[in-house]
Amino acid sequence: MADLNELTQKLSDIKTEVSEGLKALANSKEAFEYRKSLMDSKTGKIGTLMREMGKIPNELKAEYGKKVNEIKTWAQEEFDALETKLKEKEMLMRYESEKIDVTLPAKMRKKGNLHPNTLVKNQIVDIFGSMGFDVYEGTEIETDYYNFTALNIPDNHPARDMQDTFYLSPEFLLRTQTSAGQIHVMEEKKPPIKIVSPGKVFRSDDDATHSPMFGQMEGLVVDKGITLCDLQGMLNVFVEKIFGDGTTTRLRPSYFPFTEPSVEVDVSCFQCKGKGCKLCKGTGWIEVLGAGVVNKKVLEDCHIDSDVYSGIAFGIGIERIAMLKYGINNIKLLFESDLRVLDQLDE
Amino acid sequence: MLVPISWLKDYVDINVSPDVLEEKLFSCGFEVEEKYQVGKDISNVVVGLVKTCEDIEGTHLHLCKVDAGKHGELQICCGADNVHAGGKFPLALIGATVYATAKDHVTVEGVMTIGQGKLRGYDSFGMLCSGTELGVSEDMYPGAGYNGLLALPDDAEVGADVKPILGLDDWIFDVSITANRPDCQSIFGLAREVAAVLELPIKTPALDYTETDVKKPFNVTVEAKDICPRYTAHYVYDVKIGESPAWMKRRLALVGCNSISNMVDITNYVLKELGQPMHAFDYAYLEGDAINVRRAADGEKIVTLDEKEFELNSNNLVICDGKKPVALAGIMGGLNSEILDTTTAVMFESAKFERDNIRKSSKALGQVSDSSARFSKGVDEYTTVMALKRALHLVEELGCGKVSSTGFDVNTGNSIEPFELKASVAKVNGVLGIKVPDKDIVRILTNLDFKPELSGDELTLHIPAYREDMATYQDVAEEVIRMYGYDHITPTFIPTAQVTSGGYNLQQRTELKIKRALCAQGAFEGVHYSFFSPSDLDLLRLPEDAPERHAIKLINPINKDLSLMRTTLAPQMIAALARNQKNGILEGRIFELGNKFIAGKLPLEDYPDERETICIGVFGENEDFFSLKGLVDAIADSLDIEFEYEETTKTFLHPYRTAKVLCEGVEIGYLGQLLYEIVDELDMRVNGYIAEIDLKALTKYYGKNQKFIPLPKYAEEKRDFCFVMDKKLTCAQIEGAIKEACDYITSIELFDLYEGAQLGDKKSMAFSVVFTPKDEEFTQEMTDEFVNDILKNVQDKYGATLRA
Repeated sequence: MADLNELTQKLSDIKTEVSEGLKALANSKEAFEYRKSLMDSKTGKIGTLMREMGKIPNELKAEYGKKVNEIKTWAQEEFDALETKLKEKEMLMRYESEKIDVTLPAKMRKKGNLHPNTLVKNQIVDIFGSMGFDVYEGTEIETDYYNFTALNIPDNHPARDMQDTFYLSPEFLLRTQTSAGQIHVMEEKKPPIKIVSPGKVFRSDDDATHSPMFGQMEGLVVDKGITLCDLQGMLNVFVEKIFGDGTTTRLRPSYFPFTEPSVEVDVSCFQCKGKGCKLCKGTGWIEVLGAGVVNKKVLEDCHIDSDVYSGIAFGIGIERIAMLKYGINNIKLLFESDLRVLDQLDE
Repeated sequence: MLVPISWLKDYVDINVSPDVLEEKLFSCGFEVEEKYQVGKDISNVVVGLVKTCEDIEGTHLHLCKVDAGKHGELQICCGADNVHAGGKFPLALIGATVYATAKDHVTVEGVMTIGQGKLRGYDSFGMLCSGTELGVSEDMYPGAGYNGLLALPDDAEVGADVKPILGLDDWIFDVSITANRPDCQSIFGLAREVAAVLELPIKTPALDYTETDVKKPFNVTVEAKDICPRYTAHYVYDVKIGESPAWMKRRLALVGCNSISNMVDITNYVLKELGQPMHAFDYAYLEGDAINVRRAADGEKIVTLDEKEFELNSNNLVICDGKKPVALAGIMGGLNSEILDTTTAVMFESAKFERDNIRKSSKALGQVSDSSARFSKGVDEYTTVMALKRALHLVEELGCGKVSSTGFDVNTGNSIEPFELKASVAKVNGVLGIKVPDKDIVRILTNLDFKPELSGDELTLHIPAYREDMATYQDVAEEVIRMYGYDHITPTFIPTAQVTSGGYNLQQRTELKIKRALCAQGAFEGVHYSFFSPSDLDLLRLPEDAPERHAIKLINPINKDLSLMRTTLAPQMIAALARNQKNGILEGRIFELGNKFIAGKLPLEDYPDERETICIGVFGENEDFFSLKGLVDAIADSLDIEFEYEETTKTFLHPYRTAKVLCEGVEIGYLGQLLYEIVDELDMRVNGYIAEIDLKALTKYYGKNQKFIPLPKYAEEKRDFCFVMDKKLTCAQIEGAIKEACDYITSIELFDLYEGAQLGDKKSMAFSVVFTPKDEEFTQEMTDEFVNDILKNVQDKYGATLRA
């Protein structure tokens, strides 16, 4: 039979031992294990205390039970507090151990880019598409008729010398101008016609500023009452969207067999705003495209009544625009698939 | 075309500065590509009068006192042998700029600035100049060619600027003439435009001469009427061949023409002045008293003035005398009738030959002259007749011959005469979109010498014969607006046009979508030429009978490397991979969407098939067959279709790492790793992989109906299978066997592949299979049955069993 003092002493010793034991704990896992070993109802120093109840005289049972509960509660609280503290510490250590160099490279596959020609083509199509222009793509190989004759360039015409042509047979050639597409469209469709026709064209020219293949985009409007004023109005919208607000155009006489009058279209220099700089060679103007009122003979050959309908047409050099817009200095760079070049320009 | 302003002034009293003239020409359609003053590098050179001239002993030098008028009297040391007291010479003052010459005093080595010098201890405050030092040749100023001082005329004002005296203040414009205006390919032709734009009168060059009554029995026939619409000729006798006068030599020199002799110079002068090529035959060498213009006989030969022999055919036009060809018409005269110092009589020719015939002959024979270049652009007959008169006038003016009364003008009936053109003013304004006041229209057309008559809306114009480009009211509109000014155009925004919808069509949008899908996978879009080299086909090791070798040939390629229309996009892509590696880039992905050209019969008789094709090239240590396959699948993914792959071989790809690509059983392309031999051949540092997909074959899948499929009502079931099988079996075979065993399968994915010692000569593949219920929930029995069916089918077909 144990007396109360002895029991109290025993509980007090346990408390002291546990207090010491808690101090020795290094981490939450040890704390968990230690708590589990103490609280085990069969083996644990605290867990088994209630088993002693049988040995306790009845009059002391209540007091004993209370003391045991007190120590249990105390131990639970101590453990909770310690574990919270240890866990916090451990979390901090984990974070610290996981420190990274945030400037190391990202994990991603860099995306590729569309070709500058495609970028320019898309921009032009966006602009004219919003004005109601369809996109018609003709063939790279054309007949002499569509490339020349139907465009009012008969066999003996000196304009044939203006563009050195690659021939594939007496009849077939590599188109020298996307204007060839005009004729197909006018043969297939009746007015109103509004198309842009982008594509590759070919001329036997190969030097620092010329490539034997380059991109062109032809534009054509055929409807009632279309005039030279409309041509300039339309092109003003175009150049403003491509080269920036405030850009405007200047027309000056030129010659293309399929338009009459024919004009060269200069844009006001978007770099110096017309003051004169290296880009515009001090003139304030940059030559960008050729245009004109569709020659009535061309309309008539396509069976369009020139007394009712008139048309305007323009031809834009894709690379010319790309080079101006992005400051690319050599046309050849656009056909070499040089990743150092292609990596630079994006939508 | 080179145009000296002083020459233009013969015909128009130009009253504006060169800058204003340039601007005016520009505004009416004549771009001045370059303009410069003849003596642009010369400054501060004045007329110096040598007062005293003493030899400096023991040297070739002279010590002179030179009166420079308002610039004072200067001491000059001069080494020229023709310096003498009382002579007037160009004097470069201190600070003057002149040409520096080499020791020979002839070779110009640049521009120098004159400073105060000391020669043999004597101060020199300037320099007396030679013609060379001032950039003046003998042709530009008589005596300027002397290797010593240029002697100035006695009446030259002492101290005055020498530039006006030597013509160094003249301006030269290099004007570009558009192809529709052959009538402006001459000084006088351009003068007509200058007169019109400056609204000044035009002065026609003198055409008068007096014919003697000498007549020669002679005959001119034109057999080839179709290509020689007009032929005129005139006999000139008592010819004294000699030098041309200084003014003529100077003008020819300014437009880049050497002076040869008076008779030859007259023909060149008329060519430059009026734009009509002329020829002078030595009459003594014309046999049979006749000229016949005909097509050459096949195999007929001629030796031209430059001593080159040509074998001709019936495409070539020749001028013959009674017996033989004496000129290659419009291109060059024959050596046999060349004007020599001994010539005493000439037959002048001024003719119109068809521009196309001359252009083609000149090209085919490889013989180009000023004359052929001019004819190729088109010459009008109005000028043909005028030029002959002008030449005869010049013969008289130069006093180098007598004009007989033997002249011929053969008009074959194909001639172009001045014509009438009627146009509606409303239509003219309708083209422009503005209303040009009637009085301005009349004024402009009068200035252009169209003699307009306006009656109500109807304009009647009398078009001069040289304006062959004028045909319709549109041409009139252009004439009006280029003179009225394009700045009068007021931009409008197609207000009368009907509303249309626009933008890319389905095919164009889909192609862009595929391009963007490839970009998203890290590939960059490239563009390569549509033509390539025969050696590109060799690079691919294609056999002689490979379809790719059936390529369309360019008849006139720039060079052999650009001589075939491409039948595959692969070689240029391979070259691009190699080029990038040479630039130090060792990893990358490139694609191109372009056409290959598949011909039927060659040479072409019909449009060939231009097949849109995508070519993809990847290279780098971290790339392999499967990363390329990922790009190919990205194409399928963006079209919402699936590709299948089967082993195949290609002559330029790794024999065991190449697949053909199929879509619904149809072969649409290939992919694979480049042969190591090609990698080595092109000095590539890392392996390359190439795919080519026929996009045209896929167009039927573009814009396939996108339809929403409701989410499954009942839970899907997923089962994993790990099969052990023979090493030769492929993933596709097992997948196929799984798929055909059960209708409910919606996805099969390989998630593990193992080959190793544990399995000996076998391998294992683990698949995750998803079953999706249709109208009812799956029961345990159903899924068990699916699994059993799969196991049985895979076992039966390929002997593959579940891994233990």
